[in-house]
Amino acid sequence: MGQIVLEQVTKSFGDVTVIPPLDLTIEDGEFTVFVGPSGCGKSTLLRLIAGLEDVTSGEIRIDGKECSTIPPAKRGLAMVFQSYALYPHMTVRKNIAFPLRMAGLDRAEQDRRVVQAAAVLNLTDYLDRRPGQLSGGQRQRVAIGRAIVREPAAFLFDEPLSNLDAALRVGMRLEISELHNRLKTTMIYVTHDQVEAMTMADKIVVLRAGHIEQVGSPLQLYRAPRNLFVAGFIGSPKMNLIEGPEAARHNATTIGIRPEHIAISATEGRWSGTVGVSEHLGSDTFFHVQDTGLGESVTVRADGEVSFRHGDRIFLTPRDDMIHRFDAKGLRIA
Amino acid sequence: MARTVRTHRKTLNTALAWGIGLMMFFPILWTMLTSFKTEAQAISDPPVWFFFDWTLENYRVVQERSNYSRFLWNSIIIAGGSTVLGMIIAIPAAWSMAFVPSNRTKDILLWMLSTKMLPAVGVLYPIYLIFIQLGLLDTRIGLTIVLMLINLPIMVWMLYTYFKEIPGEILEAARMDGAGLREEILYVLTPMAIPGIASTVLLNIILAWNEAFWTLNLTAARAAPLTAFIASYSSPEGLFYAKLSAASTMAIAPILILGWFSQKQLVRGLTFGAVK
Amino acid sequence: MSTKASRSAARLMLAPAVILLLGWMLVPLTLTLIFSFQRYLPLRGGFQGWVGFENYVRFVTSSAFWPSVQATVIIVGGVLLITVTLGILLAILLDQPMWGQGIVRILVIAPFFVMPTVSGLVWKNMFMDPNNGLLSHLWRFFGADPVIWLSDASMLSIILIVSWQWLPFATLILLTAIQSLDSEQLEAAEMDGAPVLSRFWHIILPHLSRAVTIVILIQTIFLLAIFAEIFVTTQGSFGTRTLTYLIFQRVLESQNVGLGSAGGIYAVILANIFALFLMRIVGKNLDR
Repeated sequence: MGQIVLEQVTKSFGDVTVIPPLDLTIEDGEFTVFVGPSGCGKSTLLRLIAGLEDVTSGEIRIDGKECSTIPPAKRGLAMVFQSYALYPHMTVRKNIAFPLRMAGLDRAEQDRRVVQAAAVLNLTDYLDRRPGQLSGGQRQRVAIGRAIVREPAAFLFDEPLSNLDAALRVGMRLEISELHNRLKTTMIYVTHDQVEAMTMADKIVVLRAGHIEQVGSPLQLYRAPRNLFVAGFIGSPKMNLIEGPEAARHNATTIGIRPEHIAISATEGRWSGTVGVSEHLGSDTFFHVQDTGLGESVTVRADGEVSFRHGDRIFLTPRDDMIHRFDAKGLRIA
Repeated sequence: MARTVRTHRKTLNTALAWGIGLMMFFPILWTMLTSFKTEAQAISDPPVWFFFDWTLENYRVVQERSNYSRFLWNSIIIAGGSTVLGMIIAIPAAWSMAFVPSNRTKDILLWMLSTKMLPAVGVLYPIYLIFIQLGLLDTRIGLTIVLMLINLPIMVWMLYTYFKEIPGEILEAARMDGAGLREEILYVLTPMAIPGIASTVLLNIILAWNEAFWTLNLTAARAAPLTAFIASYSSPEGLFYAKLSAASTMAIAPILILGWFSQKQLVRGLTFGAVK
Repeated sequence: MSTKASRSAARLMLAPAVILLLGWMLVPLTLTLIFSFQRYLPLRGGFQGWVGFENYVRFVTSSAFWPSVQATVIIVGGVLLITVTLGILLAILLDQPMWGQGIVRILVIAPFFVMPTVSGLVWKNMFMDPNNGLLSHLWRFFGADPVIWLSDASMLSIILIVSWQWLPFATLILLTAIQSLDSEQLEAAEMDGAPVLSRFWHIILPHLSRAVTIVILIQTIFLLAIFAEIFVTTQGSFGTRTLTYLIFQRVLESQNVGLGSAGGIYAVILANIFALFLMRIVGKNLDR
């Protein structure tokens, strides 16, 4: 069980309001990702749920039980921190057993659960080492192990992968997703990386300045961003946003078209421009096309085999059914 | 070429530094040597350096005549007691300022520092009076409390600077893991801060051991520690250099050893974290 | 990072330290302040009425006051001059590559751990005694008349003893500060062709200025309160009666508590002037 409901939750530090009134429901078993630029309040929101900060007003209900004044230890949640926050003076075994020891479980039961968690996380060989002797990925797994032995109602992850190098990050991403598939426990995951959000989430919550900009599945957000902010934030490379006459032709203040929804041609097309920087990823190539008369340069995704040189004149054609239209307030026009 | 110049300079540095080092240490060395001489050898001119009849007589006499061990015991109780007492008060205080800072934390820290600056002589009589009223004059408990109080700011400060280096996330993790405040401090903070706590204890013992204003003014016979015992040699009878040396050696030896262990932490403690 | 629960726990745990120190500061200080406005002679009739600022006036107009200020300034100034100058040189020397650096360091800082009564008495008797002291042996060896240190050169003697105790402190702190100097900075200067002396002048010294200030302030506060070294050597005679020692004599030896308390308040004010500067530096450091 692990349904988490936030109702009219606010948080201010002195005069500064970090979270204006906010409502959110996270269903049992859901993998929810809070995503947004730094300073958007996503970590604060997580810490409010954890109980590491008090809400200024509003209610947090975990499985129907109002929790906003209950200390963190009693909320039945487990958290994985950005710095892993392992206890440096304890062995891996003791780190993982710590929450069980605090809960007053007997020795045999502690051991049993630690061994079990270690097996799941491939940590069996490292149980008697100290965190200082482990690699970043191993430390991350210990932190996760410490969380899973408690069998919590929900897991909270605070940017857990941001201290890992790129290669390891992809691996850990898969491991965490795998873990979620196996445990089917509610997970709330905070990140500023929209790739992590897209690849892992059942539900993404996009935050800006404490406000929820949009809640939805990754594909909902990708296909129908509710406003310009979400449109610009989700998707990589970013959606091209075009204003002016071209937008007016679509009866919008701004139109958006993703790089992957523009066809590229050497001979004909709706727009034309010159090739600036090209980024070759092998499978794909991204062209940054300049002098299109559309304002900023336009990013286009093409097949990896397509090759144009810097300065070549090319033609672009957007897929009309993939054009997103936004009004003067930046909201999506249906 | 460059190598030889380097070696040359290194030799020069070494000679110079050792010369100065030995000069600085000489009074201590001389005291230690003299403590093994007879009184006659102790004042002989020209001085005898190493080739004399080494004797432990002075140590025996000092112990017998003035009951040295009683003073030693007082020193140990007062220095140790004030340190333990101080730590019990300082650890929670440093915890709360390091991990739950408020906008007044800085002011409180600086104010604590300012109490350390209070000249003892300015409050000598009131303390003296209070001690008489409470029957604390010339008692170990009275002196223990006073030394604890004068060193409390240093203890809080030192611990504060050490605690500050422990990431708060680890304590939060403990909180998430179900640790209460007591468990958090006992099982997580304290073990992680052991090096800092140890050096704070060490420095505090040194400071309390060597304190020589309150120990001289608030004790007479019963509770007098080694500082006061040594001071009694300022009006001696007859030849006494060797005995003074023996008494001094015994008084400073333990603290010299502790001091050498704590030299790094000493800087941090005595500059209130301003120099690390 | 805090919740109401942890904040109230924090307040509770801070309370004992704050209350104790507040009591330790306020109670005696208030008493001293009260005494300073009284004619109060415990051995000669006790409390004899309120006298307003008479004690304050009498304390500064007494014949002993200005000499004691002078003695204090000379001792504090002399010790500061010696310890800071030698401290900088010694710190730089100890920072150089050499053999047995650790041992030299230990030898140099050892005097700091010697209790004040021991260093006072050892210097007084075994070195500065005009008949049997080592220094008099040395003077005689060169055919000179031994100096009667503690009476003929009393100030110099005290300054010497106290400097010996505090030079290690200055050296240790300055050495720590030097070692925190980024060696790349020095190497960059060397690449830029700066000679040794100008590297010292333009890089090392400015880098040390903060540490030097701290050494000066902390030492001043401790040196103003010097007591035991004088207590076991000259007992305040031969012009070595500092302000601290004068107040001590007024209060405990002549038991003129009112007068001594007025002096005590002066001492508190004086110490606070230096403390204020020190706290500003330390406070700035806290913000980083």
